[in-house]
Amino acid sequence: MIGGLFIYNHKGEVLISRVYRDDIGRNAVDAFRVNVIHARQQVRSPVTNIARTSFFHVKRSNIWLAAVTKQNVNAAMVFEFLYKMCDVMTAYFGKISEENIKNNFVLIYELLDEILDFGYPQNSETGALKTFITQQGIKGQPQTKEEQSQITSQVTGQIGWRREGIKYRRNELFLDVLESVNLLMSPQGQVLSAHVSGRVVMKSYLSGMPECKFGMNDKIVIDKQGKGGTTDEPGKSELGGSGKQSIAIDDCTFHQCVRLSKFDSERSISFIPPDGEYELMRYRTTKDIILPFRVIPLVREVGRTKLEVKVVIKSNFKPSLLAQKIEVRIPTPLNTSGVQVICMKGKAKYKASENAIVWKIKRMAGMKESQISAEIELLPTNDKKKWARPPISMNFEVPFAPSGLKVRYLKVFESKLNYSDHDVIKWVRYIGRSGIYETRC
Amino acid sequence: MTDSKYFTTTKKGEIFELKAELNSDKKEKKKEAVKKVIASMTVGKDVSALFPDVVNCMQTDNLELKKLVYLYLMNYAKSQPDMAIMAVNTFVKDCEDLNPLIRALAVRTMGCIRVDKITEYLCEPLRKCLKDEDPYVRKTAAVCVAKLHDINAQLVEDQGFLDTLKDLISDSNPMVVANAVAALSEIAESHPNSNLLDLNPQTINKLLTALNECTEWGQIFILDCLASYLPRDDRESQSICERVTPRLSHANSAVVLSAVKVLMKFMEMLPKDLDYYGTLLKKLAPPLVTLLSAEPELQYVALRNINLIVQKRPEILKHEMKVFFVKYNDPIYVKLEKLDIMIRLASQANIAQVLAELKEYATEVDVDFVRKAVRAIGRCAIKVEQSAERCVSTLLDLIQTKVNYVVQEAIVVIKDIFRKYPNKYESVIATLCENLDSLDEPEARAAMIWIVGEYAERIDNADELLESFLEGFHDESTQVQLQLLTAIVKLFLKKPTETQELVQQVLSLATQDSDNPDLRDRGYIYWRLLSTDPVAAKEVVLAEKPLISEETDLIEPTLLEELICHIGTLASVYHKPPSAFVEGSRGVQHKRLPPRAGSGESTESPDVGQSGPSEAPPAVIPSQGDLLGDLLNLDLAPPTATVPSVQPSMQMGAMDLLGGGLDSLLGGDIGGSPSMGAGLGAAPAAMPASLGSAPAVGGGLGDLFDLGGGVGMPTGSYVAPKTVWLLAMKAKGLEISGTFARRGGIIQMDLSLTNKAMSVMTDFAIQFNRNSFGLAPAGPLQVLTPLSPNQTIDVSLPLSTSGPVMKMEPLNNLQVAVKNNIDVFYFSCQYPLSLLFVEDGKMDRQVFLATWKDIPNDNEAQFQIKDIHLNSDVASNKLQGSNIFTIAKRTVEGQDMLYQSVKLTNGIWVLAEMRIQTGNPNYTLSIKCRAPEVCPFVYQCYELVLKN
Repeated sequence: MIGGLFIYNHKGEVLISRVYRDDIGRNAVDAFRVNVIHARQQVRSPVTNIARTSFFHVKRSNIWLAAVTKQNVNAAMVFEFLYKMCDVMTAYFGKISEENIKNNFVLIYELLDEILDFGYPQNSETGALKTFITQQGIKGQPQTKEEQSQITSQVTGQIGWRREGIKYRRNELFLDVLESVNLLMSPQGQVLSAHVSGRVVMKSYLSGMPECKFGMNDKIVIDKQGKGGTTDEPGKSELGGSGKQSIAIDDCTFHQCVRLSKFDSERSISFIPPDGEYELMRYRTTKDIILPFRVIPLVREVGRTKLEVKVVIKSNFKPSLLAQKIEVRIPTPLNTSGVQVICMKGKAKYKASENAIVWKIKRMAGMKESQISAEIELLPTNDKKKWARPPISMNFEVPFAPSGLKVRYLKVFESKLNYSDHDVIKWVRYIGRSGIYETRC
Repeated sequence: MTDSKYFTTTKKGEIFELKAELNSDKKEKKKEAVKKVIASMTVGKDVSALFPDVVNCMQTDNLELKKLVYLYLMNYAKSQPDMAIMAVNTFVKDCEDLNPLIRALAVRTMGCIRVDKITEYLCEPLRKCLKDEDPYVRKTAAVCVAKLHDINAQLVEDQGFLDTLKDLISDSNPMVVANAVAALSEIAESHPNSNLLDLNPQTINKLLTALNECTEWGQIFILDCLASYLPRDDRESQSICERVTPRLSHANSAVVLSAVKVLMKFMEMLPKDLDYYGTLLKKLAPPLVTLLSAEPELQYVALRNINLIVQKRPEILKHEMKVFFVKYNDPIYVKLEKLDIMIRLASQANIAQVLAELKEYATEVDVDFVRKAVRAIGRCAIKVEQSAERCVSTLLDLIQTKVNYVVQEAIVVIKDIFRKYPNKYESVIATLCENLDSLDEPEARAAMIWIVGEYAERIDNADELLESFLEGFHDESTQVQLQLLTAIVKLFLKKPTETQELVQQVLSLATQDSDNPDLRDRGYIYWRLLSTDPVAAKEVVLAEKPLISEETDLIEPTLLEELICHIGTLASVYHKPPSAFVEGSRGVQHKRLPPRAGSGESTESPDVGQSGPSEAPPAVIPSQGDLLGDLLNLDLAPPTATVPSVQPSMQMGAMDLLGGGLDSLLGGDIGGSPSMGAGLGAAPAAMPASLGSAPAVGGGLGDLFDLGGGVGMPTGSYVAPKTVWLLAMKAKGLEISGTFARRGGIIQMDLSLTNKAMSVMTDFAIQFNRNSFGLAPAGPLQVLTPLSPNQTIDVSLPLSTSGPVMKMEPLNNLQVAVKNNIDVFYFSCQYPLSLLFVEDGKMDRQVFLATWKDIPNDNEAQFQIKDIHLNSDVASNKLQGSNIFTIAKRTVEGQDMLYQSVKLTNGIWVLAEMRIQTGNPNYTLSIKCRAPEVCPFVYQCYELVLKN
């Protein structure tokens, strides 16, 4: 297991050093500094073996976190733990910086004592930790026995991510469906590869220990229900251009609060949520993706010293919706000497340092099209090799989910407190962003 | 609150000031001072002088202060053991506190203080805490047992903590279960044979239940523990898999990878035709792909593991090529790993896409990455024959870029392409020659020189080119010098007239002016060859070279199997077994995959014959060339036959041969090793006595009853007399003679060890090289008394057939290493194939008929057995003694036809038809087998058995 954990600043000075195992000596601290932080070369691997000691490191801004071991540990677990450690620290004191770490070193030692025992990660959910690691001493010293056992049962219990007795005057929850859509398209408009990677982020402000059930238009679920009798889906095509009712999900992963065996057997997503913001699930789809924009390139070489480029972009979603932050990047050859651009909408500029024409449009409604044309002057070269024509890439943000994912419901049950599903105020928002969205020309 | 100020005190006399502050009456001041001490400790200053003062602050009701003092104690207690005792009272008192958090804190901290005297005091509080009413205290105490075990293992055993820990596996709280599992797993690692975890279906069921309820970390502990379990059969294996698969959707990548490990391992036991097997394969791909959207460090771990998975089960990800395409903002270590996997997945179906990508990568900025991309193009050419032409033209394009390292890398891979497809692409040589001057790396220079030498007859100015290299001969690296020497000799043999001077020059440079023995020796060899027999020289130097194989960088199968058992761990990241980077006893225990489904029981399906030696080693059968290396790499760890889960795999550093491996084998292990199960242990012990006089009584007995009428016939399998395998003069006085026998289903190697030297020999041990049927010692070589001069000892060594498999030439060749206190000796011997004929080799008649028809006639071999004067019944009985079973007999026109079947230990069926004509002493034997290479050896057995 983890033998020790060190935190360094960018100069390699130790800010925190906690050793859990006898086989890790003080010299390990220096070994990492000399061989990794002060190494001349760029980092070639996040795992380094120096004199039979293995170092795992992650970097947050200019702070290095390193876990050290001499055993054959579970490497994936060590990294997951380091990320978690960062999350916990951020939750306690904000940004991970040298200043913040020095200011909170006592707290960090206390945390490290709690979440890592003999190198074994223990409960590291901030929700639970904050109930008893407070840096206030222990408030009003003699806690009641009930309070104490409530803390310990939460830290060791099945629902370690949520503490009991949370109360809100207004029960409210926010669901964000955040997607990034990736595309590679041929000049003729054929989709070479496309996928959406999405996240469902939830902010919950709910009292008590609410039991939640999340439903989306997962094809497997819909098909199953379809057999029993058609479920009516009013307003099924309120978003995007498509009216499809269900989507095929390639794979998804869930926050640890979700009961995985239930998902595996019934494909239902049920859980008791952590308090505040967290990521409920991640998913990936590759089928029937709504591509918000279509890019139609036309490149013509006029002689050896001139290129004519015309690019049309078409927005492919409901006219009532607006896409934002649109940016089209048209690569130019290395020997470009001058560029003239004409565009109907937005602003376009040739950026010599980036070898590209960058065309920006603030907003664009659905089912519209816009065009840019450019004349590129080239310097004559004796380079026989033809220009490789890198793809045209695009950035944008649209207010719907390109995968077609829709939230069907999020039901909240809290039997002990007197509020029902209807009393919870729920907000759902869809944001689709471009990932790597490229069209070859 | 700005605690950062504590980091900036660098005044002189600081310690004194701190001392004063620590002894201050004001609580706040005290706390401040302790913080300062901890800060100094963190930056590496020695503040151990303050020990008594800090410990004095321990008696406080301020929890924060208490924790700080504990932290200090953990750091310095070891250097001040006597003073540390002062703290014991407080600890013991805290372990009784009403607040469970304080009880847990005390027991947790106490376990971290590695001072013997404190440890003694720990036992009582720990015992109480293990049974505490609060789960938080119990889960902390569980880990504390592991801590204590690390300090004093004996104490933990004596105090019975291990049993208490085992009981915690049934605790009602999932986190207690998880920590108990973690602690037990760690303790078990340092006692490889203790069976401490004692996994059985009941405990497994408890673990699987806890799996659904505990924290993400607990799930990892439990899954890692599950992976070391060996299910009893395929049904249990399937039901565990079913309960583990939901974990594949966990957001924590480590949970996913550990689940993948369990599945990859248990899948091995599922029959391939099972529907569930296919379902499982399909379920594995999506989560593996999802791992690639994790943070880069985790992606790296995932990719290193996927690299293994792709080698073990290429079918899982064969359609997922695209996800391994490199993104421009991937860190370099992710890029390099993706590239590796792309090549592994490259196939005819996707090669066009792959090549397009690789070409892109070759224009990137990172030098290492570009080099690897260029190399990858070459590997594609070698792997996918149809793409070779496009790969070569891509490489030529890249050479045109004139980027120095790209050109050099391209030339190195083109050399490999030439070695795979000789005489196909020499048109590119002209282009290569143009770039001769720009080559400055030894590998590229050597590659180019090799090309020039190999194709000297087609390069007009080959002599000029090589001569130009010769000028700076002594400044070249050895690699280049050797290559240059060979190339010029090749050139001379091809164009003798013009190049005589050149060859003399290089030979004298190599033999007279060089200090490098390799170079000198090679020079002399060529010189003598050329001067004595130029024709022979031509045959040697210009001989046709074997083509290089497709995959040159596959991980060796046994190592791969072991690494699959370590998915998710450091071993899988380094692609090295844990013993290569872990010190001490931990991790030395090698893990193996469970035995493949359907290999053992195959009575109904004769088809299994196909899955014989052709399938056993998954991908590559290493060629004979590696043999010497393999023998040197012999693993002499304690061999165990009956328990496959703890069987050592056959790879380890060569050092172990001479070093610790053997000594530990001969040390305590012999007596205590539980792997020498009763069945095996008893047999060899009893054997030596009966060896000298009557060969093979044991096994024959059963057959005697079976035969009834055949009394008087020599029954039991035939055992050849011992022959000398190792001459005394070759082995510093140790002579070994021996033979093989099969007795009652147990294969034995009977050895006579004779000491012909002057001194006593001790510490005998034996090991086999990989061989065709996986023969391996099933126990240690039992030479318990020292062998005095002129003494002979007879030993019988039981063998198993579950060792690593490699096809040998001849098939029944066995290479053996024997060690004693003097040295290690190697010899090889051949065993009769009848050794491998199993007792249940009698095939059903119908099956026999069907199988006989089913095997193509090409696989039939005919032999004559001459001078046999036995009638068919006697012959049949005799053969049955050696497990050659007569299934049917037919008499046609005075000819007896005997139909017989034999089954080998690895499940191969051999069918035979023996024709006996009355009065004719020559029998005709037709043998059919799906693996025709065994036929001649089966014939040998017939002859041996019938003639003796």
